[in-house]
Amino acid sequence: MTPSALAPVSPQKPRPAPRPVQPWIAADVSARRITDEVMHPLISRPGAAWLASFALAVLALAVGVASVAYEVATGVGVWGLNKTVGWAFDITNFVFWIGIGHAGTLISAILLLLRQQWRTSISRSAEAMTIFAVLCAAVFPLIHMGRPWLAFWVIPYPNSRGPLWVNFRSPLLWDVFAINTYLTISLVFWYLGMIPDFATLRDRTAAGSRRLVYSLLSFGWNGSARTWSRYETATTILAGLATPLVISVHTIVSMDFATSVLPGWHSTVFPPYFVAGAVFSGFGMVLTLLIITRTVMHLEHYISIRHLEVMAKVMLLTGSIVGLAYALEFFNAWYGGNVYERYAFVNRASGPYAWCFWIMVLCNVLAPQLLWIRRVRRSVAALFLLSIMVNIGMWFERFVIIVTSLHRSYLPSSWTMYRPTIIEVGTLVGSFGLFFTCFLAFIRVLPMIAMWEVKAVTGHASETTHE
Amino acid sequence: MSENAFAPEFLVAMFDDQRRLVGAVNAVRARGLRVHDVYAPYPVHRLDEAMGIRRSRLPLATLAGGVLGLVSALAFELYVSVYDWPLNVGGKPDNSMLAFIPVAFELTILSAGLATVAALLLRCRLFPTIRPRVVGRSVTDDQFALVLRWRHTAFDPQVERLLYEHGARDVSRKAIER
Repeated sequence: MTPSALAPVSPQKPRPAPRPVQPWIAADVSARRITDEVMHPLISRPGAAWLASFALAVLALAVGVASVAYEVATGVGVWGLNKTVGWAFDITNFVFWIGIGHAGTLISAILLLLRQQWRTSISRSAEAMTIFAVLCAAVFPLIHMGRPWLAFWVIPYPNSRGPLWVNFRSPLLWDVFAINTYLTISLVFWYLGMIPDFATLRDRTAAGSRRLVYSLLSFGWNGSARTWSRYETATTILAGLATPLVISVHTIVSMDFATSVLPGWHSTVFPPYFVAGAVFSGFGMVLTLLIITRTVMHLEHYISIRHLEVMAKVMLLTGSIVGLAYALEFFNAWYGGNVYERYAFVNRASGPYAWCFWIMVLCNVLAPQLLWIRRVRRSVAALFLLSIMVNIGMWFERFVIIVTSLHRSYLPSSWTMYRPTIIEVGTLVGSFGLFFTCFLAFIRVLPMIAMWEVKAVTGHASETTHE
Repeated sequence: MSENAFAPEFLVAMFDDQRRLVGAVNAVRARGLRVHDVYAPYPVHRLDEAMGIRRSRLPLATLAGGVLGLVSALAFELYVSVYDWPLNVGGKPDNSMLAFIPVAFELTILSAGLATVAALLLRCRLFPTIRPRVVGRSVTDDQFALVLRWRHTAFDPQVERLLYEHGARDVSRKAIER
């Protein structure tokens, strides 16, 4: 061994060069090409894959319309609800769809505040997904009213019944305000983001009715730097407002359950647990949608494997939080020493609905742990499969929470079972039909990638390579 | 400054590249000329500082909207639950202030958000029926336009040269397309 080998490492030893920061979208994609490619689906004829999916979605929607029409015409008795289980499929679907929406807001607002550039190619479609999911969710409380044409009674307006006001102490009423605020702010945010893109489309379209429509939609946008400056301020503020809003929405949804005294529901862990679950399920749905869309619409270089990988990481994180919450619930049920609470959890894992519980554990806790492996995160097929599993698992989570707690609570003489009827299943199918019909229409009539945001990312990337 | 009066009195320099654009804006302002506006397909880094655009006062609209939403929501909830028709729901107090917070919070966010957007649209004159005054169709696609008022530059023949030197692709005197 030479003496030099024993010498202390000299401080001048060259450090390994920092890993070059890969741009999210190749800088050589010109702004014009971005416009061309994003515009292409709007002006071309739909392909066979799109037409087939759209037909399927409309068919599912028709099933839903028929189910709801039958239910409204006949009465809520056509559902499988009974005196003990007064809430089941409808509220499960409601919580499921609201949760789906949360990923869109996370991507468009929270990641904007955190300056995550990867959000730009997926933010528009994720926001669209939020809006459609909230619409799907809103259907369920409405039709559970039995007389949906009187739904406006939940709004406190001066009426001829006293006026008899709504009960502001009820979490169900908080929900009304939370969901409506969420829908409104999401819509405004989404639309605001599209205004510059409508201007691009307007200026790329020859005079005619199409140009007139884009012209109206673009609000006279002309790309002035002074407008851009204020616009960026406004979007940052909206993102700052949407962030607490999205957390409040699922917090309030969880309070629908947590403020009751039912074993398995009456828990302070519900708000954070529900919010994490919402983001988890939402990212599951974003992945499902975007994997299909990027393949069908050939947008692989905007929604690259790296984009999918980051989303998979978010899914892994939130999925693990959800797993921790499940464990905590069981720990608290045991440690709290309340026999009813303890029974509720024993019943979940080993009672008549245990199969639902174990599907939930498999899909939400075990399967996503595969995402620790890089190869899984970078495999489109594996991600697609996992995202579907997350969707299924999160639907079952809500079903488990709701039905297992209700069907066996304090009074054993009231214990019973709940089984959904074909009408309820039809309504669930219909909500998927509504969601996919809206989404498929969206990708053909509106720019599904935020052109200006992507151009800003590539523009700045090219600037740094020049310097 | 009247932005409506778009007479054919502008010197428009087109750029392909945001870096050159920012350089040109700096050079023009260093020469003591006023930049009428810059048109770009996306918000450009460091352009605000180069143009000397002041910080927007939109947050004030947000604050006003938020305060209005919060105060009116709490006042309304108190009014209906305590004064107008108190109802005993499960023995809870008429004034259940803690339970009133979620709705007040939602309405605060709603009115702050809508106020911000309304202020933005009003201040930037964005509305469906407004006819866009675009300097060229490419500025919403991939080009950048630096626009100077002609009357500022009429006696400075060096300006065109300056703009070309800073990488302008094309400098022309024109009206902004209606």
